[in-house]
Amino acid sequence: MNIDSIKNGIVIDHITAGRGMKLYRLLKLDALDCPVAIIQNVQSKKMGRKDIIKVDGAIELQMDIIGYVDPNATVDIIRDSVLVEKKSIDLPEKLQDVIFCKNPRCITTTEQELPHIFKLTDQEKGIYRCIYCETKK
Amino acid sequence: MRSLIDILELSVEEIDELIATAEDIIANPAKYQEVCRHKKLATLFFEPSTRTRMSFEAAMYELGGNVISMASASSSSASKGESVADTAKVISCYADIIAMRHPKEGAPLVASMNASIPVINAGDGGHNHPTQTLADLLTIWRKKGKFDGLTIGFCGDLKFGRTVHSLIAAMARYTGIRFILISPDELKLPSYIKKDILEKQGIEYLQTTDLESVMPELDILYMTRVQQERFFNEEDYLRLRDSYILTPEKLENAKKDLCILHPLPRVNEISVGVDADPRACYFEQVLNGKYMRMALILKLLEVKA
Repeated sequence: MNIDSIKNGIVIDHITAGRGMKLYRLLKLDALDCPVAIIQNVQSKKMGRKDIIKVDGAIELQMDIIGYVDPNATVDIIRDSVLVEKKSIDLPEKLQDVIFCKNPRCITTTEQELPHIFKLTDQEKGIYRCIYCETKK
Repeated sequence: MRSLIDILELSVEEIDELIATAEDIIANPAKYQEVCRHKKLATLFFEPSTRTRMSFEAAMYELGGNVISMASASSSSASKGESVADTAKVISCYADIIAMRHPKEGAPLVASMNASIPVINAGDGGHNHPTQTLADLLTIWRKKGKFDGLTIGFCGDLKFGRTVHSLIAAMARYTGIRFILISPDELKLPSYIKKDILEKQGIEYLQTTDLESVMPELDILYMTRVQQERFFNEEDYLRLRDSYILTPEKLENAKKDLCILHPLPRVNEISVGVDADPRACYFEQVLNGKYMRMALILKLLEVKA
């Protein structure tokens, strides 16, 4: 399978196999008008299998979303076909409107204009809690 | 400007400071009777409450301040669809401090994020009720003279009981604390509290369904009501509401200096026969709640006596 190399854009590599589509969805890559490739189950020496996303366009990525979905992923920035930057990913401290609180008692269920904000409460286990009602995602 | 949404926003030192202020108010009430003159407390209660609301109102009046409030949640602007954020912005124009109770969890936090005056969480659904915890802490302090090394039994609804969750979080910061969690299986303490607070901090705890067998070990017994408003299902409520009823007979093996607490109102979980027992501290706890609310209002308004 051949996918053209990128001239100006982004490669999200080392995505845990199976999480590529979730990332694609949360990053709203379907709304872009530049070429986007999602490659699933690629063989990887380090990981066995992995997913890769390539975006052939200079876009601003929401790094916190990538960190939330897969903190082990890597992001390569390509300019004029040259790798100019490798970005490291961490679990974000805060997520806004990425995940949504499902607690029926939470204020966000009745006040729908409120942003859904989750805070990282356990770095080790990657646990996020709603800032309003502390329900775990 | 500071608000109080969750008891853990107060450090142990700040709780000590509030207790010291409350003790001073108890000893010298006259010194405080004019300190909040020309200040206004707005009580915004979107859920029925008598005691917490009156406690806040009494606290503000005893500090020489005034209280403004809405007649009831059903006649408030919320019933017309106003958001909590807008309500908080509007009330900030009228008052100096807000005490808010709301059935939705997180509503007072939303208010504090939008108000330009301090907001006190007076209870948000089954979530937090920090001023009840302050009342509990002052009562424990006045009865025991310490927080360290106590064995505290919580009995009843430990699943939805917000006062239980807050008091566990607050007491877990002291050393040598042991918790005994007495509840029916359906109303056990949520596992996230066990994992995130008790196990994480290595705090000893025991879960049991049998109150009488653990009674001799307790320094504090915190009884709770099974709250109908926390159940989506009436059948579950009716089945569980009479799980534990404290009677004078059950106290026969209890320590002589046991301190029995209850956030009130009680329904039938403590029989009236216990009220005359000197170990029954729940009405004192109500009074202590008013003193701690006075201390808190002073702290948040940055008023010195």
